[in-house]
Amino acid sequence: MGATVFFGCTFVAFGPAFSLFLLTVAGDPLRVIILVAGAFFWLVSLLLASLIWFISVQLSNREDSRLQYGLLVFGAAVSVLLQEAFRFAYFKLLKKADEGLATLTEDGQSPISLKQMAYVSGLSFGIISGVFSVINILADSIGPGIVGIHGDSPYYFITSAFLTMAVVFLHTFWGVIFFDACERRQYWSLALVVASHLITSGLTFLNPWYQASLIPIYIITVSMGIWAFFTAGGSLRNILSCLSCKQEEDNRVMVYSALQVPVED
Amino acid sequence: MAAGAGWRMGAGERGRRGAETLFRGLLFCVLGCGFCWGNSVERKIYIPLNKTAPCVRLLNATHQIGCQSSMNGDTGVIHVVEKAQDLKWVLTDGPHPPYMVLLDGELFTRELMLQLKGSSRISGLAVAISKPSPAQGFSPGLKCPNDGFGVYSNDYGPQYAHCNWTAWNPLGNGLAYEDFNFPIFLLEDANETQVIKQCYQDHNLPQNGSVPEYPLCAMQLFAHMHAVTNTVTCMRRSSLQTAFSLNPEEVCDALSDYNVWSTLKPINTSSKINPLDEVIIVATRIDSHSFFWNVAPGAESAVASFVTHLAAAEALHKVPDVQMLPRNIMFTFFQGETFDYIGSSRMVYDMKMDKFPIRLDNIHSFLELSQVALRNSSVLWVHTDPVSRRNDSIQPQVETLVEALINSSVGANVTLQEVGQSQPLPPSSFQRFLRAKSIPGVVLADHRTSFQNRYYQSMYDTAENILMKYPEGLSPEETLDYVTDTAKSLAEVATVVARALYQLAGGTGNTSAIQADPRTVSRMLYGFLIKTNNSWFQSIIKQDLKGLLGDELPQHYIAVTTLVNTTQLVQYVLANLTGTVVNFTKEECLNPEKTPNPEKEMYVYTWVQGSRDPNSTSRVPFCVQSTVHLTKAASPAFELKQWGSTEYSTWTESRWKDIRARIFLIASKELEDMVQLPFLLDLMLQPTVFTLAGTTDSALPSLQEDEACWRIPLFQASLL
Repeated sequence: MGATVFFGCTFVAFGPAFSLFLLTVAGDPLRVIILVAGAFFWLVSLLLASLIWFISVQLSNREDSRLQYGLLVFGAAVSVLLQEAFRFAYFKLLKKADEGLATLTEDGQSPISLKQMAYVSGLSFGIISGVFSVINILADSIGPGIVGIHGDSPYYFITSAFLTMAVVFLHTFWGVIFFDACERRQYWSLALVVASHLITSGLTFLNPWYQASLIPIYIITVSMGIWAFFTAGGSLRNILSCLSCKQEEDNRVMVYSALQVPVED
Repeated sequence: MAAGAGWRMGAGERGRRGAETLFRGLLFCVLGCGFCWGNSVERKIYIPLNKTAPCVRLLNATHQIGCQSSMNGDTGVIHVVEKAQDLKWVLTDGPHPPYMVLLDGELFTRELMLQLKGSSRISGLAVAISKPSPAQGFSPGLKCPNDGFGVYSNDYGPQYAHCNWTAWNPLGNGLAYEDFNFPIFLLEDANETQVIKQCYQDHNLPQNGSVPEYPLCAMQLFAHMHAVTNTVTCMRRSSLQTAFSLNPEEVCDALSDYNVWSTLKPINTSSKINPLDEVIIVATRIDSHSFFWNVAPGAESAVASFVTHLAAAEALHKVPDVQMLPRNIMFTFFQGETFDYIGSSRMVYDMKMDKFPIRLDNIHSFLELSQVALRNSSVLWVHTDPVSRRNDSIQPQVETLVEALINSSVGANVTLQEVGQSQPLPPSSFQRFLRAKSIPGVVLADHRTSFQNRYYQSMYDTAENILMKYPEGLSPEETLDYVTDTAKSLAEVATVVARALYQLAGGTGNTSAIQADPRTVSRMLYGFLIKTNNSWFQSIIKQDLKGLLGDELPQHYIAVTTLVNTTQLVQYVLANLTGTVVNFTKEECLNPEKTPNPEKEMYVYTWVQGSRDPNSTSRVPFCVQSTVHLTKAASPAFELKQWGSTEYSTWTESRWKDIRARIFLIASKELEDMVQLPFLLDLMLQPTVFTLAGTTDSALPSLQEDEACWRIPLFQASLL
């Protein structure tokens, strides 16, 4: 098994994130910086959340498994709230940075729009949280065994990978919606983002029952995606024009060839 | 330094330092938890087998023996073989090779192992220990133990060489001396064996004629060995490493440890004894071996004999006029005798090289206790060397020796009988002394020709083998002091030996007062065969050596680490039984050279922790004065760097990094395809993703939507 599962799961979990990064982020140094800084903010939030959970476990009765489970749920909720708090902090930081960037340019225009920043920071949160949630599972998938000797579902790895993919998408969408909501002071949108994040996190507690967690999470992902799409300024026209890109491609080819230096013939 | 810096640190700086420490501590916690086992994903996949013993590679001058796995462990689908017919599935029929065979202990025979050895469909073997022990007997040792390293050769009694006269261990199948290229583990815990069998029944059992379906239960065994070919090769490689590498990675180590010896009358070990002094040597071996690493209970092959020896030593030390005897007696416990006489060959070498306080010429006679516990109608056989008895000066001395023994057995419940004068000596340390010099000597054994022991050098040579039985429901303390029939009969042998030694040493007093204590014998048998962590052993060892006592079955393998548990315990028991308590303080006891004691050169002082005071939890330590010494039991071949020696033992043990075993499920091709399928789906999904990315970017000035659309097919093409 080993390598097959490892590569399969890695590509499932990070294929989309990798393509998005390559196509929309990697080309622009400023976006890369925002991506890395965003990942750092997420990490700090995780550190604080784990600290809170760790201390609470240390202080509590460790034999009481119900209490420990409760603490885990509490830790997950704290982690979600902290993540969103850090997303807000990051938003504030980017706003400040944006002003600074605007003063540096000649025309007084910021080289990056808020929507771009929202998308990139969302992606950064998604990538780093995806990495943290799946990397140890991937490491164990290299070995010869599969999950199931204690009667667990053998679809553990693949479910984890799909869950991670959903998380990457979700964070990207949440980023887009969250920043937009902050900018427009639409508090109900903020609340909805936090609530959907909490629900997603809570759904993973159903986890040995994979269909119960994975399907709702994907429903949330798709709806968040649609919302984010329209928030980012997308419309049906965009899709239609994109679907008909063959024509535009033709145009492009034409333009491209028109730009060609006249050849000898 | 840190504290000094702290004094001059400002408040703010101190705070920052505090936060940094906190952060570091936290990071450490997070990383630490990540590294420790108990990773929940791993626990979902694997069940580690903790109570196992591997078969490891040993090497001598010409061969490698034992087992090894590939570097990353060998994996195979488990198949339980309980009958010989089950093997057909593994060797020909089963559709999922390679197989990991879980073999019933009863079937662990040479014929079956050779069948498995020749098959490429086997990736490893786990042997379940059979309870009760196999009725037909089991000995993985050789039919002719230590052949070629004893006294008989083409130059010395050629008719006896290579066990021509008799095969001492007819049940020996030589499995431990075969080389297997797959790992073999012993499952010591019946519960773990049951877990494996359950996994096999749940997943691997063919359902009404059809082949079993995935996921299948599999096992992985890790036992990769670093050394290959033989001792010559591996020692050369090791020495090259140590000579040229800053970071030497040795590949094998010589089997070595220490011999334990003491004398009845104290001698000065820093000089030689008077050439005219005569010493009687009493000897036994204290090590055993089996197919598996560090599984060597050796009840009959070693423990019963050295316990008898210890009891005889105690009985002799109690005799009042013992210090007046004209001859001295040396109690010698040889380590590593199983591996071509490591201990005795080294002592003989040291005596020859004048590195030992006693010379070969000082030896008056030699008495060895071979296997003595399984006597048929209490007959103890007296073996002598027919070749040296042809010598006119030796013959009468041997006769005196035998006579003394037979005299001492009068009235005791032991009958001593001499075997035929044309019969050679059984494998014994005495043979190494005969190689150097003709010395009168006898070997006492419970067998006339071939061994009584049906489990010689096997994992079944346990307390049950020497018929040690305890009544049900005894507490550990009661078990320790319970006198079994085995203990009684061994005490009788010890009494006979002690009385004979007293006479041989020139004692003229009444020997009937010399009596070995059956209670001491039973305590020793309990300590060396069942549990070393008992109250008696606790009270006689040094305080800092508590770690050598354990609750598991004691093992008597020589190993490569110096001072194995057996050696140290024999040392402390001997000191306790033959020494005297002296009124020294701890400082005086630990540094006797600083005290004005004239006898300090003659004695060894040990500060032992004493027994637990019944009224409190503390112990009352005291100082023991004894003549118990340790000398190196490392083969002279390594001293002389003659790694291809045929004169001395050349056994080495390979090194390894990782030895462990685990079971888990392996997936079918279909599940693998299932994982691959989403990957392909993912590729199909990507246009959607990019559409979204592209349209999201429509708000972004730098990336046109059409551009994104346009790149997708390209990217996908590159992925495919």
